Amino acid sequence: MGLSVQNLWLIPLLPLVAAAIGALTPRTGRTLAAGAAILAMSFSFLLSCGALVTALANPATHATSNFAWFDLGMGALRLGWLLDPLTAFMCVMVTFVGTLIFIFSTGYMHEDANAKQFFCFLSLFASAMLGVIVANSLLLLFVSWELVGLASYLLIGFWFHKPEAAGAAKKAFITTRIGDLGLLLGMLWLYDSTGSLLFYDGGHGVLEAGALSALTAHTALGGFALSTIIGLLIFCGAVGKSGQFPLHVWLPDAMEGPTPVSALIHAATMVAAGVFLIARVYPLMSADQALAHVPFHALTVVAFIGAITALMGALIAVAQNDIKRILAFSTVSQLGYMMLAIGVGSWVAAIFHLLTHAFFKALLFLGAGSVIHAAHHEQDIRSLGGLRSHMKVTFATFAIGMMALAGVPFLFSGFWSKEGILHAAHEWDVSRVPLLFGLAAVVLTAFYMTRLVAETFFGKARSHASEHAHESPASMTLPLVVLAVCAIALGFLGTPAFPWLQAKLLGETEVLGHSLLAGSGLMMLSVVLVALGLGTGWAIYGRVTREKSTSPDPLAARFPGVIAFLGARMKFDELYAATVFKLNAATATFADVLDRFVWDGAVRFLARLGEFAGVVNREADEDGLNAGFDAGSESLRGTGKAYSRAQTGDAHGYLRIIAIGFVVLVLIMMLGGNR
Amino acid sequence: MTALQLCLVFSSALFCVGLVGALARSNTILVLLGIELMLNAANINFIAFWRFSPSPAPATGVMFVIFSIAVAAAEAAVGLALVIAVYRHQKNIRLQEANRLKG
Amino acid sequence: MNAVLIVIALVTLGAAAVAMTLRNLIHSALLLIASWAGVAAFYLWAGAEFVAFAEILVYVGAVSMVVLFAVLLTRRSRADLTVTPDSAGRAISGFIAGGAVCGVLVGAIVATPMGVGSSPTPTVTVKQIGVQLMGTHAASLLIVGVLLTVALLGAIVIASADRTDDSEDTP
Repeated sequence: MGLSVQNLWLIPLLPLVAAAIGALTPRTGRTLAAGAAILAMSFSFLLSCGALVTALANPATHATSNFAWFDLGMGALRLGWLLDPLTAFMCVMVTFVGTLIFIFSTGYMHEDANAKQFFCFLSLFASAMLGVIVANSLLLLFVSWELVGLASYLLIGFWFHKPEAAGAAKKAFITTRIGDLGLLLGMLWLYDSTGSLLFYDGGHGVLEAGALSALTAHTALGGFALSTIIGLLIFCGAVGKSGQFPLHVWLPDAMEGPTPVSALIHAATMVAAGVFLIARVYPLMSADQALAHVPFHALTVVAFIGAITALMGALIAVAQNDIKRILAFSTVSQLGYMMLAIGVGSWVAAIFHLLTHAFFKALLFLGAGSVIHAAHHEQDIRSLGGLRSHMKVTFATFAIGMMALAGVPFLFSGFWSKEGILHAAHEWDVSRVPLLFGLAAVVLTAFYMTRLVAETFFGKARSHASEHAHESPASMTLPLVVLAVCAIALGFLGTPAFPWLQAKLLGETEVLGHSLLAGSGLMMLSVVLVALGLGTGWAIYGRVTREKSTSPDPLAARFPGVIAFLGARMKFDELYAATVFKLNAATATFADVLDRFVWDGAVRFLARLGEFAGVVNREADEDGLNAGFDAGSESLRGTGKAYSRAQTGDAHGYLRIIAIGFVVLVLIMMLGGNR
Repeated sequence: MTALQLCLVFSSALFCVGLVGALARSNTILVLLGIELMLNAANINFIAFWRFSPSPAPATGVMFVIFSIAVAAAEAAVGLALVIAVYRHQKNIRLQEANRLKG
Repeated sequence: MNAVLIVIALVTLGAAAVAMTLRNLIHSALLLIASWAGVAAFYLWAGAEFVAFAEILVYVGAVSMVVLFAVLLTRRSRADLTVTPDSAGRAISGFIAGGAVCGVLVGAIVATPMGVGSSPTPTVTVKQIGVQLMGTHAASLLIVGVLLTVALLGAIVIASADRTDDSEDTP
């Protein structure tokens, strides 16, 4: 029943085969490509379930299967697969959500002429993502990581005829590449200092005690332990991929891609890869915790970046008007939560939130896709409205997703996972800031999600498109319903009373809850905060709904400056344009000036010198030496004319003559006697 | 036939494929590619003699081939730049028409 | 042992031969990539892993791209990719010359008695190569570096448009 670690490579292989099939079918073979993609994903899901069974049988062990890739220099470069509960849960989540999104895509991309390419890219993406998860080597993870980036680039720019989509794809690729540079450096440094890139290798892996103690024993620059610096470099990659401050700018623009792409890549899986990476290398990140003499610990940086991202994303989301942008900034904010959780020392809470978030955010994005599909690609919530009565299934499932995201108490999964994070932040004794930022983000999340639902589904239709909207086909609503059920049910895997998931992830066998009442004061506080956010949101946007799509936003009317600043996404793009781009241009100008005046001047001076020598030479030449040579050249010219007839200008002819000459030479040598 | 002779026959055949390509085609790019094939054949010879020599000094053949590949890369870059220059001049890249140096 | 070599040789030669006869230049270039990969496989077979990777990087990676760019830059329309068939006389004379060279070479190889060398594959590590490059062949390495730089600059100069006759180049 279970899937052993030796066969783990089958899970990423199946979608890769589907991608190959998709690539090789002609443009009309869309049904074949879509069928192969869905079938491969479903089988991968079954295999992942098998892997989960195997992993849960021995949750505390890290089963590995390593092999040598090739010999290089003194040692061999080794890769491998890794099966532990973390891998298994992630695999099940990615394949399950992926299958549903593939099914949704058959409905959503129904009218697109390039649908077969779309499924090919989707499968490639899924394969790369699963590769990231099952890798037992930082190198293999990095290769898959970059493939994920490539697939994301292709999918964001899928409608490449739109200049915004092409630009967004480029921006996403380049921005994440900045972070990946850090990851690459960290990887090289890690290999240099430990001689291995395998995570677990029977005591020799980089995440095992031997390597970690070596890494913490070394002090690199600035009094930091080596593990701190390598950990932060690896964290750079996660910052880029997971849209953390300050590299979050690509994620909202990535919404130019088709909506299933936003759901799969920019909500459920790819952006979670950064969180997964940090959870995977958590032993390395936390190795410096015991050291007292370092300026700060690696995880502290992670916690603060996560806290800033969580609050910033939630603030910006309040002032957005595009339905997908709101969800995108909410994703940024939720990813910040996850990083915060890892930073305060509870990677288990982060993974729990990652899993629940994957389901309800995929649900929200697919619900948004259903709305956009029905409203003929109208994405501005100011022009929607009143969709509640037209799209009953979409509304019901979207509302469940919204309540899960907002953290409505007790019934919804988002509440339990968010509670775990806040609890962990509460117990962190380094600083109160992450907890306060997290609590503030709770209020804001409830507020902007209420605004989104009120503007989109309540009130009256404010455009022709939303007036004549109709429910989407079953291929689109069915995944919504399944995801909605999961968005509720998943929470009960990890309630404080029965923390089964957390125990399995940590490899403990004891699952009965011990923290049933611990932190219940904090829980009450967050319930109040959620109610506050929902109430304010409904009071401002729900009670009195918008009349026309052009009527002003009530919040913007009261605080025009703040909302405009947030609406412009805190001017991050402008900031980067004013600093990074300017710096780049200034460097280029400097190099240009250097080249033009300094080097060029030197060259010019030498040239003048040569010119002067030439003039002197000519004077001597013309007067003294010329006459004698004239006669000689005349005769040379005659001979040259005769020879030049052989120069036919035909390159083939020359080559042929060389070949024939060679043959003749060899024949002479062979036949003429061997002396 | 020994393995060394097999390698040499292989390289000769590759050389001649390149030669025939360079001789028979009029497209300059194909002629250049034929020349690349001939260079590759020569490299195969280096490796073959290094592999089967009675006492292979460490890495001699490998050194030859590394430098040869570097030179071949330079040759390919310049050659293809020349193709583009010829194309700009005569609006096609038929080699037999590039005969301005005719005497 | 020899069977592997024969398979590699047949694949390489087949790809090269077909590439030299096709009309579509893009297809030719793609087949040549296969052929170069075959040569790299031969290097691997012969125990020269470093050279094999260099071959992959330089030929399969870089030269093929330059070739594809040259093909795409020197066409005026989509139909231009297929070249018109060449004259039969040129082809026949090419085949005669090439066949003669091939015959002579193979004859010479078969007729020459050659000492059979070591049967174990000589090993060469990347470290040895590095030491040799930086030690014995340091001067050559520098010269190759200069050569590559000059070739790069030269290629740019040759391929870049003439400043003086801009009117001719811009459509």
